Amino acid sequence: MALLSPPPRGSLGKSLGTLAPRTAQPFGSEGLNRRGSLQPKDPRSPKRSTLVALILASATLATLDQTPVLDPVRSIAGDVFGPAESAVSTVARPFTDIPGWFDSRDKLRGDIADLKTQNAELRRQLRATDFGRNRLEEYDGLTRSAETLGYTLVPARVVAYGEAQSFTRTVTIDAGTDAGVTADMTVVAADGLVGRVLRATRTSATVLLIADASSVVGGRVGSSMQVGFVHGTGGLSAQDGLDLELVDQSVAPVKGDTVVTWGDGQAAPYVAGVPIGKVTGVFASVRDSSRTVRVQPYVDFGALDVVGVVVPAGTKGDRAVIGPDGKLG
Amino acid sequence: MTQGGLRGAVVALLVVVALLLQVSVFDHVAWDGVVPDLVLLVVVAGALVSGGQFGMVLGFCAGVLLDVVPPADHTVGRWALALLLVGYVAGQVRPESGDQRGRPPAMTVVATVAGCSFVGTSVFALSGLLLHEDGAGTGSMLQVVGIGLVWDVLLTPLVLPWTMALLRRLQPERVRA
Repeated sequence: MALLSPPPRGSLGKSLGTLAPRTAQPFGSEGLNRRGSLQPKDPRSPKRSTLVALILASATLATLDQTPVLDPVRSIAGDVFGPAESAVSTVARPFTDIPGWFDSRDKLRGDIADLKTQNAELRRQLRATDFGRNRLEEYDGLTRSAETLGYTLVPARVVAYGEAQSFTRTVTIDAGTDAGVTADMTVVAADGLVGRVLRATRTSATVLLIADASSVVGGRVGSSMQVGFVHGTGGLSAQDGLDLELVDQSVAPVKGDTVVTWGDGQAAPYVAGVPIGKVTGVFASVRDSSRTVRVQPYVDFGALDVVGVVVPAGTKGDRAVIGPDGKLG
Repeated sequence: MTQGGLRGAVVALLVVVALLLQVSVFDHVAWDGVVPDLVLLVVVAGALVSGGQFGMVLGFCAGVLLDVVPPADHTVGRWALALLLVGYVAGQVRPESGDQRGRPPAMTVVATVAGCSFVGTSVFALSGLLLHEDGAGTGSMLQVVGIGLVWDVLLTPLVLPWTMALLRRLQPERVRA
């Protein structure tokens, strides 16, 4: 039975017990290292409980920040650190501005010249805005009249007036054969008829105004459809006006009637349907028993700026043409 | 003032100075908008010298400060989480791998800074994605993380040596087991 008895205790047992390997059970301030043997825990290493607590605290702060709870904290931090940040910025500014010291004087002079040019350009644009606004209104009027008339127009500007000593009333426009303008084309403005093209060069054309003494325009009185011929009187002011000589002398037009051009549509030199002026008075000449009707033109010949030349549809030139629907094409 | 208290005060002062420099001065030399993360460098220094427990707590407090001080505009707690993880990771560097006085070799320090910079900025960006805060795409986020890593590694020799020496001098005496 001694063989089955439990291992001997007592001093022999103790000495025998120390020979057996000790089971590695970490407890207390000891832990297992990578090789599996016991090693005292480093007190500086992070405790798991602290890690979890801090992560949870971060999550709590993130949740709290969705509400306005942390705003006082932010404002206090701002009150403390804002002046500190300004102070640090002020102290550091001489050092952070150092790259600016290396700007050469040539570069600075170049910058000044650029700024002066931009300034002058802006001032020029500012001065021209009133003028620009008027020009825009004239262009708008021209497109509207193109729409009303139903003709294709080439826009142009009046660049020169013929002098009165030559006894002809002509103007120069800045559209020529390059823009599709040729002789005997009608020239209109937003308000009404201006004249016809006498001759055209590549980039400009000469226009005979209807106020010229030698200009004759076929006209029709609006309300009665009576036809006649409108002669110019040679003067450009509104008082000079135009003279309408009706074919049927017995009919007297009513004051205020409109006179439009009379033609068979697209025939040169004057297309049909362009307003010329309105009747302001009827004068009877005793000498030859004919009536002269005074017509005041709609167009102010002293202030011509933007005009349009009626061209056949589909003309292509060096500029966009205003189509019969009023759109640029 | 006890040794531990003095160390705490000095560390707090270092964090405040790092934050002010990071926000007010280094933005003039920002590369593509990215400034070096000086607060992260201070946290890494603290964790390398005093261990992971101290580094974690330091990271959390510095992160809360970063979140609250203007011009920060994001949810409070994002930098806290990022920097406490940085402190934990930096604290895993074993001090016995260094020389007699417990200083880790220079390459270890640089590698630690690189890893912690990557971890910190990435955790911050990921938490932003989780909270649906930032609108930046993954590509620009990676670019920011990369530039931040380069900045931090560049500034390591300027910031870490004297910070670690200062903290080591202030370390409370402890009996090594």
